[in-house]
Amino acid sequence: MSQKLIVIGAGMASGRLLEHLLEARGDWEVTLINAEPRGCYNRIMLSPVLSGEKTFEEIVTHDAEWYAERGVTCRFGERVTGIDRAARRVTTDAGVTLDYDRLVIATGSQPFIIPLPGHDLEGVIAYRDLEDTERMMALRPGQKAVVIGGGLLGLEAAAGLHARGIETTVVHLMGHLMERQLDEAAGYLLRKELSDRGITIRCATNSKQILGQDGQVRALELDSGEEIPCDLLVMAVGIRPNVALAQEAGLAVGRGIHVDDQMGTSDGSIFALGECVEHQGAVFGLVAPLYDQAKVLAETLSGGQAGFAQKELSTKLKVTGVDLFSAGDFAEGEGREDIVFRDPARGVYKRLVIEGDRLIGAVMYGDTADGNWFFGLIKDRTDISEMRETLIFGPAYQGGAAADPLAAVAALPADAEICGCNGVCKGQITAAIGAGATDLGALRATTKASASCGTCTGLVEQVLAVELGAEFVAPTAQPVCTCTDLTHEDLRRLIKSQELKSQEAVWQELGWTTRNGCHVCRPAVNYYLLADWPLEYRDDPQSRFVNERKHANIQKDGTFSVVPRMWGGLTTPGELRAIADAAEKYAVPTVKVTGGQRIDLLGVRGEDLPAIWADLNRAGLVSGHAYSKGLRTVKTCVGSEHCRFGTQDSTGLGVKLEQRLWGSWTPHKVKLGVSGCPRNCAEATCKDVGIVCVDSGYQVGVAGAAGMDVKETERLVDVASEQEAIDWTVAFVQLYREHAKYLDRPYKWVAKVGLDWVQETLGDAATRAALIARFDLSQEVYQKDPWAERATPEAARRFAPLADMTLEAAE
Amino acid sequence: MSWIDLGALEDIPLRGARIVKTPLGCLALFRTAEAEVFATSNSCPHKGGPLSEGIVHDRKVTCPLHNWVFSLETGEAQGADAGRIATYPVRVAQGRVLIEAEAIGRRSAA
Repeated sequence: MSQKLIVIGAGMASGRLLEHLLEARGDWEVTLINAEPRGCYNRIMLSPVLSGEKTFEEIVTHDAEWYAERGVTCRFGERVTGIDRAARRVTTDAGVTLDYDRLVIATGSQPFIIPLPGHDLEGVIAYRDLEDTERMMALRPGQKAVVIGGGLLGLEAAAGLHARGIETTVVHLMGHLMERQLDEAAGYLLRKELSDRGITIRCATNSKQILGQDGQVRALELDSGEEIPCDLLVMAVGIRPNVALAQEAGLAVGRGIHVDDQMGTSDGSIFALGECVEHQGAVFGLVAPLYDQAKVLAETLSGGQAGFAQKELSTKLKVTGVDLFSAGDFAEGEGREDIVFRDPARGVYKRLVIEGDRLIGAVMYGDTADGNWFFGLIKDRTDISEMRETLIFGPAYQGGAAADPLAAVAALPADAEICGCNGVCKGQITAAIGAGATDLGALRATTKASASCGTCTGLVEQVLAVELGAEFVAPTAQPVCTCTDLTHEDLRRLIKSQELKSQEAVWQELGWTTRNGCHVCRPAVNYYLLADWPLEYRDDPQSRFVNERKHANIQKDGTFSVVPRMWGGLTTPGELRAIADAAEKYAVPTVKVTGGQRIDLLGVRGEDLPAIWADLNRAGLVSGHAYSKGLRTVKTCVGSEHCRFGTQDSTGLGVKLEQRLWGSWTPHKVKLGVSGCPRNCAEATCKDVGIVCVDSGYQVGVAGAAGMDVKETERLVDVASEQEAIDWTVAFVQLYREHAKYLDRPYKWVAKVGLDWVQETLGDAATRAALIARFDLSQEVYQKDPWAERATPEAARRFAPLADMTLEAAE
Repeated sequence: MSWIDLGALEDIPLRGARIVKTPLGCLALFRTAEAEVFATSNSCPHKGGPLSEGIVHDRKVTCPLHNWVFSLETGEAQGADAGRIATYPVRVAQGRVLIEAEAIGRRSAA
């Protein structure tokens, strides 16, 4: 006699179950109940339906005919309202009761809707089923949509909407897209690709509420108060197993319905599979494990032996033109090593994560051809120690002789393209070498190879090495550090010319060999970015040396020194009193007058910094930036105000210069001096900029030094008015900010570019005005007292320990 | 193993660090990626520099005093320098940073 099987839910898992079960030709009388008014379709192909690449009919996997042929009774559009386990009977909302011998619960999941104010407005939907897809397809080109969630589903929804001509914005809480499947680097490349297509991507962005008008969604309001208008708002932030029915029936339920390896629930007659189950603490959202479960359950129901085991998963984003693959575990964990391959020109990024002798994770972008091969190595836990060196190049490179990079270059045919920017092939380069171009500079001059973006420089050099053999002299230009082959000069040029406006853009586009630089290159990159893109890029404190991050100088015992600014060396009794009070209050062991005409409080404990700053702030004192690569001091003499020799108000000019220049970041520290007469009491002629006042006006000198090198300033210009002196000084500082290598003082930079060039450039009034304008623009962002910003309780908290467990130790 | 909640992951700056005071002295907690945290001794074996104030790059930190670089995974000094800092078991769960109790000299509460 046949057994009665009832299956609740006609999703992908139960569809696959029925296929397996009915193939096995068991004697079943199957009833399939589904609340959605249709049978099984391939839900994961909804994205191509949305983008218009497929029709719904194409993604139906089991139509009415399929069920009819196999004798399955379908009750579609009917909802199960209760399970009577004792009587083995289910009831539906149509008032029908049905008996079963075996029951399968495959109720799937429902999208998680964030309970933001306004989530129940008309036009706020999830992305889950055909109805949602149809809602999105009903939008007209030119209308606007917001997608909350930058995960797999959210991005597919966004890409589909965009393909339909909808103006689409993705709002994502985390710092990069698809953070569960991708690392930061691949997330960056994906974001760039989608942004280039015209989708607006907002990462690290929190939503506050959904705004409506007449019950219809109107806009999403962000935490910042900004509103993003939209006609439709799609939430794609995750799923929740549908467990209500199982829970009411008294089955064991956690996040999902608890199942064992045979997909059995806590009731021996009831089984469950798909997105509604929880197996060994895990719930499931991708299709591969669901199909495994279907196979196991079919076997179990047929009386066979099978067990479900969780496996590594791989993910591909189904957005046309975006090649992206991720598998296994590539995030946290100790004892793991990375192999990274980048080819910025082709937009290729690959990262393998290795633990011991095994590959455990892979992320690929741009070229995913080898994805399944890597996935196989992960799943099979293959020992990869033998092929580790060439692993990242994929299966085509395994089993061959050890790769010699020069041999590979030597083997390239003459028509192989070396320089993509200028379309130069190897043949042209060898011909130029034959004609006498025997170094990189000559090759760049004659063929233009590597003369544009420069990323093929190494390849061009290898061609040189192959052609010239022992005659080849490796170039002497010093790269920034071991993370890159680029020099500082190349790096600055490329940041400007390729408009690189974030650190991730630099790492990716310029092929950095490390994930996020090192202590040598990152501060330099951070400076170049903020100097060239003051509005687009924001200073990253984590890329600064401790002094500039803490806004105080670290001393050899780990304490800090605190130096308030004294404009032009001027102070007041009130300020001196505040400094004295602070020194006593915080038990400052050493108080010293500095060479820059101000007072240094040495030996302040790190956690006291915000409090001492707040106290000094209250007396009107601000940070003296005695720690920064920025404006330090403007040393002055008393000038015409008091001195019988003084020719101009040198103190007043010093104060004006300091007030104009303070707070700006520069490649290295900048010190100024203004002397009121040629006796030069302010020692202005060994400063980065030193102004000497004379009867006829002002002599502006630059590029002095009084450190490891001692050097007198060189005369930049003589001007008649104080305003001109200020203008030339500001323009000079900005020129230095825009062109110098990080950690070159002005005297080193001027020696490289030549004073003539500096004079010629600044001599043009329009150029000078433009430099001043750019300086002032940057100052709008950066001329802020860092002490005041960090003395707030919220910021101050970060100076204290995260936790103090010594307090509880006495329990 | 029992784990002690040290605080919110968000309170450690990305590619930055915070310190934790323990009966064994100061530890440094480094956040190297969105949800990746390491715990080590805060003191450089060279001249005692506060490692939590160093620049964090990849899974390494550079001491702010003399640029010694340490692996946060193994504690080993990198490059030509020889030395090692202690590392401690730490993990992230539900946005919280947890440290293994016994490793820092605390008997478990149970």
